[in-house]
Amino acid sequence: MIVAEPKPISEVAKLVGDSRHLLIVGCGECVTVCQVGGEKEVEVLASALRIMWKKDGRQGTIDTQTIVRQCEPEYVAELAKKVKEADCVLSLGCGVGVQFIAEAYPDKWVVPGLNTSFGGGTVQAGVWEERCGFCGDCVLHLTGGICPIIRCSKSILNGPCGGSQDGHCELDKDIPCAWQLIYDRLKGLGRLDLLDAVQPPKDWAASRDGGPRKFVKEEAMIE
Amino acid sequence: MSTLASKEPEAAAEPVEDGAAAGAAEDRAMPAEAAETGAAETGAAGGTGSSHPDFEPKIVAFCCYYCAYSAADLAGSMRLQYPANIRIIEVPCSGKVDPVILLKAFEEGADGVYVAGCMEGDCHFLKGNFRAKRRVQAVKKILDEIGLDGRRLEMFNLSAAMGTRFAEIAEEMTERIKELGPSPVRPEASAARPATVLDGAAEQEAAGKQGEVKPE
Repeated sequence: MIVAEPKPISEVAKLVGDSRHLLIVGCGECVTVCQVGGEKEVEVLASALRIMWKKDGRQGTIDTQTIVRQCEPEYVAELAKKVKEADCVLSLGCGVGVQFIAEAYPDKWVVPGLNTSFGGGTVQAGVWEERCGFCGDCVLHLTGGICPIIRCSKSILNGPCGGSQDGHCELDKDIPCAWQLIYDRLKGLGRLDLLDAVQPPKDWAASRDGGPRKFVKEEAMIE
Repeated sequence: MSTLASKEPEAAAEPVEDGAAAGAAEDRAMPAEAAETGAAETGAAGGTGSSHPDFEPKIVAFCCYYCAYSAADLAGSMRLQYPANIRIIEVPCSGKVDPVILLKAFEEGADGVYVAGCMEGDCHFLKGNFRAKRRVQAVKKILDEIGLDGRRLEMFNLSAAMGTRFAEIAEEMTERIKELGPSPVRPEASAARPATVLDGAAEQEAAGKQGEVKPE
């Protein structure tokens, strides 16, 4: 899932400027799971901003709505009524959600309330870690299911590097060395032979280097 | 609130042993100025904050059914005095208290809020009070960030047998909030504030110069 982090409230307050009818939009997918942009977080932010406004003697309304997914036009369309009444829309979705709302309502000022961070998952309640670098050409079959692209700080394909110390990355002792993890796992699986092959330089054309990406599945298209 | 009412001390009729409690009782019975004098005379902790002598704060207390709420009952049975500023809300566990309701209390004009849960390790639902503690910490940060002062919110731990401690906490929190003064969210507080940029925009609108709102 997409993992995001909240922007500081002071920054959000600046982004909404002197809006008088603010609409805060939550998303029911990834950001609900990582507890930064779901229904609850939308209410917390709305309440905090209302307190700020009241404190400053400022008039205005702050409305909220959380939709199933901000990254799909049919759900974004559900916002139409409330967006019409608002002069500013604050999205607590990921960067994708913000853009889909902005595209759907071209005459509205849409601002982000989150910093979209990475593709990851929940490792324990309240802790999310990065697992995928969206490189577009998966190599997990070569590395025992541990991604060297995103979990190795240097993204090297023939590791470990000389900075691997006692199983930890030289960048930070709290970061496990991905290549140590790969070695241990392949050893456990009896597949150390996979490490004998030297991997050629990766073709990054499938990654961001080729510009914004697009995926088309023709059989899924209805028009 | 009926439970709270039943715990109201009969200050006039009953002899009160504790000096501090007597001061608190006088606070309720007398006008603010007289109460101040009374508190000074008795040296009571339930007296007044130096910067806001006439201020009687509204404090919301979310009390766990298994400890603080029972402790409040006990405080009543023991005829202990505590400030009438406390509004008790019974919750099944302090872990039931969500950041949203803490903020809502402030949004609606509470001057202070506290959550009272069981002693650490004694939660009826095992970890509810630890969760409450973290949530309170998170909301304190939010309050600091929005300029409301995180000290207006606190978490306390006590057991059902601690009637005296319950009264102490009520005193402690009332004192703290009196020191901090009224919440700036209160309508009377915002009325006394100078006009903001937005107020200027409102005047423009009223004068028929309605400009397009262009947030940054």
